[in-house]
Amino acid sequence: MSSNAILVVGGGFSGITAALEAAEVGHEVYIVEKNPFLGGRVMQLNKYFPKLCPPSCGLEIQFQRIKNNKKVKFFTMAEVTKVTGKAGDYEVTVKIKPRYVEPGSVDLSEKCKKLSKDIPSEFELGLGDRKALYMDVPFAFPNRYVLDKERCTKEDLELLSGSDVVNLDDAPKEVVLKVGSIVYATGWKPYDVTRLTNLGAGEIANCVTNMQLERLASPTGPTNGMIVRPSDGKSPRSVAFVQCAGSRDENHLNYCSYICCMASLKQAAYVREAFPDARVTIYYIDLRTPGRYDNFAKRILDDDRINTVKGKVAAVAEDAGTGDVILTVEDAVSGIKSDNRFELVVLATGMQPSIAGERLPVDVPVDEMGFIVGGEEKGIFAAGCAATPLDVMKSAQSATGAAMKAIASVRGR
Amino acid sequence: MAEKIGVYIDESSVAPLLSAEELVAFVKAKCGGACPIVKSHKRLSSPDGVAMIKADVATGELDAVLLCGTSPRVDWELFDFGDKVIVDRVNLREFVVLGYKNPDGSAPVPGQPVPPELTSMVYDYLRMGVVKLQKMGTPNPEIPETVKTILVLGGGWTGINAALSASGAGYDVVLVEKEAALGGKAAGLYKTFPMNYPYLEATDTGIDRLIGLVAGNGKIRVCLSTSLKLLAGAPGQYTATLVTGGKEENLAIGSVVLAAGWTPMDTDVLAAYGYGTLQNVITSAQFEAMVKAGAITRPSDGKAPKTVAFIVDVTKAMEATPAAPVEEAPAEAAKPADKKAGEAAEAPAFSPIKTPKHLAYSSELTSLVALKQANYVREKLDDAVALIIYDSMMVPGLNERYYRAAQDNPGIMLTKGTVTGVVQEGITMVVSATDTLLGGDISVAADLVVVPTGLVPATALDPTINLLYRQGPAFPDLALFDGFADSNYICFPYETRRTGIYAAGCVRQPMTMAQAKEDAAGAALKAIQCIESASRGVAVHPRSGDLSYPVFNFVRCTQCKRCTEECPFGALDDDEKGTPKPNPTRCRRCGTCMGACPERVISFDNYNVDMIGSMIRECVIPPKIEEGGPRVFILACENDAYPALDMAALRGRKWSPYVRIIPVRCLGSVNAIWVADAMSKGVDGVMMLGCKYGDDYQCHFVKGSEICNRRKENIAESLKRLGVEPERVEQYQVAIDEYDKIPDMIDQFMDMVLKIGPNPFKGY
Repeated sequence: MSSNAILVVGGGFSGITAALEAAEVGHEVYIVEKNPFLGGRVMQLNKYFPKLCPPSCGLEIQFQRIKNNKKVKFFTMAEVTKVTGKAGDYEVTVKIKPRYVEPGSVDLSEKCKKLSKDIPSEFELGLGDRKALYMDVPFAFPNRYVLDKERCTKEDLELLSGSDVVNLDDAPKEVVLKVGSIVYATGWKPYDVTRLTNLGAGEIANCVTNMQLERLASPTGPTNGMIVRPSDGKSPRSVAFVQCAGSRDENHLNYCSYICCMASLKQAAYVREAFPDARVTIYYIDLRTPGRYDNFAKRILDDDRINTVKGKVAAVAEDAGTGDVILTVEDAVSGIKSDNRFELVVLATGMQPSIAGERLPVDVPVDEMGFIVGGEEKGIFAAGCAATPLDVMKSAQSATGAAMKAIASVRGR
Repeated sequence: MAEKIGVYIDESSVAPLLSAEELVAFVKAKCGGACPIVKSHKRLSSPDGVAMIKADVATGELDAVLLCGTSPRVDWELFDFGDKVIVDRVNLREFVVLGYKNPDGSAPVPGQPVPPELTSMVYDYLRMGVVKLQKMGTPNPEIPETVKTILVLGGGWTGINAALSASGAGYDVVLVEKEAALGGKAAGLYKTFPMNYPYLEATDTGIDRLIGLVAGNGKIRVCLSTSLKLLAGAPGQYTATLVTGGKEENLAIGSVVLAAGWTPMDTDVLAAYGYGTLQNVITSAQFEAMVKAGAITRPSDGKAPKTVAFIVDVTKAMEATPAAPVEEAPAEAAKPADKKAGEAAEAPAFSPIKTPKHLAYSSELTSLVALKQANYVREKLDDAVALIIYDSMMVPGLNERYYRAAQDNPGIMLTKGTVTGVVQEGITMVVSATDTLLGGDISVAADLVVVPTGLVPATALDPTINLLYRQGPAFPDLALFDGFADSNYICFPYETRRTGIYAAGCVRQPMTMAQAKEDAAGAALKAIQCIESASRGVAVHPRSGDLSYPVFNFVRCTQCKRCTEECPFGALDDDEKGTPKPNPTRCRRCGTCMGACPERVISFDNYNVDMIGSMIRECVIPPKIEEGGPRVFILACENDAYPALDMAALRGRKWSPYVRIIPVRCLGSVNAIWVADAMSKGVDGVMMLGCKYGDDYQCHFVKGSEICNRRKENIAESLKRLGVEPERVEQYQVAIDEYDKIPDMIDQFMDMVLKIGPNPFKGY
């Protein structure tokens, strides 16, 4: 039997948008998110360009929309494992990992503090720790802890067994959904910096990635929003941004990641706001600020302590004594090669499709980089960065368009 | 209005500072008449707690449930007791137990006697919670008769795609095109940039196929050589007056996709490159037309060029012209016809926007067009070469691959550079540029020079949608976007100030055809969603699904027009006398009209002046500051300031025990009467916490916090007249992530209030 319901794979900004836009027309929608919380990549961001406004502002509205709409159902810690059927009539198997924390809010923060181990936090990208019982951020959605049971000691488990919302016997579940079409909104991940051997391969303490800088600048981040050097906690007085770290490079990502130029301009503004004496240099190939982002670029670059240099960064080295970072740069216009010292360096690492290298449970064509490049005739539609690198605004636009196609696909039969 | 309220205290939220039993006793004693059931439970969110409330509801004794425990932002899904039972929450965990500190700054000690400040705080919140429900009714929307036809304005690439999307989902479409044929700019293109994997080659646009699909589609009515003269009414109930060859026709329309596209910018800024004086300098639009017609020739002698230079860098053009937008004098023709006398004078006149920035905004298309047309040179002419001079190649995303393919083409030369001028030497054009990658300053000879085409959105030059709205015919304040019918919201790209009208394609932003196709689908969905929401009587974004809408008690209306002027969405028209005419389907339920009204004419079933006023009056104000401390009310925007306060508390931050927080839908809904009530009751100060305003506003209702700030000036004047210090009422702009700052803001305000001393009305 054909179904009007829509499955959205991925609960980041694109997935949430696609789901809500379809549900507010009246369609039943299921979001399947592999992480314990919705929100995806934008949850990690401090501010959006060009308004320099907090992402949690829009997310709060999205979460309210989910709360107020019974047509939207979501599964966290969930993955689609099997899809059978055809356009208009899919049967989808979703596997849900145990959360070990039951619905019903209880402030578990005191219990958290007492747990034995500090575990490197995936969310903080190596800059901070979490406990086995955790929430990524205080505005996480759902606002409910998750337990990483495997990382608990015997004492931890004893401590937790006393809470009436912690269910240590929670087990994996499987649900089967009937849907008519599928939106793939699986988003992106930062390109693996360890593969950028000429840019330090992630081994230089004060050479961080742009996503790490977001966490450093964020009030919920490991430093409560203080931008400091990982090596010594000092405030940097000189910061360089290395554009196209992995992007526009046949050996890594053969495309432009769309957001990194605007992201670095935004982050230059973070640095300048935090440290009135700091100077910033952005090394770029092309400064790509399309459309009305031109105004944003002009506004940021109007600051005479922010400089841009068209040039390729050939090498990154650590100055052992000071922890400073030395960039070897060839200026593209003058041709002069020089070494430049900075207290902090930010690699503008590109975006890679989250599903790159993975086997999908649906038969859709994927290009050599992992972007979904077809499937529409099967009622499967890619939204946001699963299809092409985009910023948040264009992802929301893309997701709304994908929701339209999904609706037309289930109604048209 | 709730009359039988079940009050439930969550022990897990109030312990260990407060006794749930004692709170139950308080509610029974003070509000027993309205609350037939008052109970506490170990944990309301437990299955047992929920079952207990369900059992009470099942007795039919309750019409409302008041949960006193965690913030309303958590565990929403557990507490649904059917449509007949209103559920509300009192935030005792975040705002009382976690946020409380003693007047000396110390934290209360569990097990010790409850500090009197904490007791009065929790009592105030409980009383406010009960009275709020007593003033709250179940919304009872009028379900309007709606039309489900979508008007697509513009029959170019975007409009056609939008029409096909909407019809594909089962909706009737009227596709209006001012020219005699469909296709718009796309019909004039030889090819367009890659739209699909592998993004290496320009392709046929496919516009003819789409025009064919439209022609064969029974759900799409095409109106050619037609313009939209007037759009009157509201979403779900519009009447569009279309004019075709002098003949008018009125059509019933549900919602609109605005796909009116763009026109090429005035070429005066291109004089910097010899355009207009040198014959062999042409625009990219002219070059495209030439290729579409068949041959690439040089205008001066009709010969095929051997070298074609494409100018992408526009630094000099931008420098040569003023950066500020040039707003021309209001055009008479821009005013919609059929205006009633009296209205025309009030609606702001439309000012066209012309700015050289339109050229800068077109940068992505300028770069892609140059790459595409350089390929035309290689395809159409033997041995000819193309040269592209750019500042930054603006080819973000997967089009990098298209750029890479051009770099691999031996007949296409690319260099960064700042183009300084174009001169004619003999019949050859010489382009000079500085700071190039070819070795400093260069001069290159070319037979033909192609300069870029800036896109000017239709809405920059003309109201386009020609609304018969009291606030004028066009989208308001498009100067913020230099005339593009764009959204200010990053997260909500289709949100504008005119409900039911959704822009797509290059009228919204300069974009490629691939992007415009997707944008068309998105706008079509929003248009469908708006119609479906209107037909169910519910609001669209951001209060999607809200069944309440403003109700007007016209008996008291003095025709002061504040509500009609201030509504950010132009929802209210008015008659000759100035009496407001509501249009519920335009309304976003922000309550700005309610805040504007000095006569308390406007209310929502579940949110009204009396409700907040009663909450303020329920609080006990100590007659002397020395005996019980000062009192300050915080009116907090529920979208951003309220969650920020929640998070501050969850992060262990605490604030003065003398404040009482009342959430409001938007600061725009704050009525000055609340402040007056509070002041006359002896309250020492009122803080209003709302979103940032200005060009980069964060208010979800666009204007709420800005309007509140304007009104605050009037409030200050009134206070001064009464002999009350105006500093007692202050508005703060807070973002949702400023949770670490808000507690300090509160404490500083409290210090200021203490410094001024007690409200002179205290004790009266």
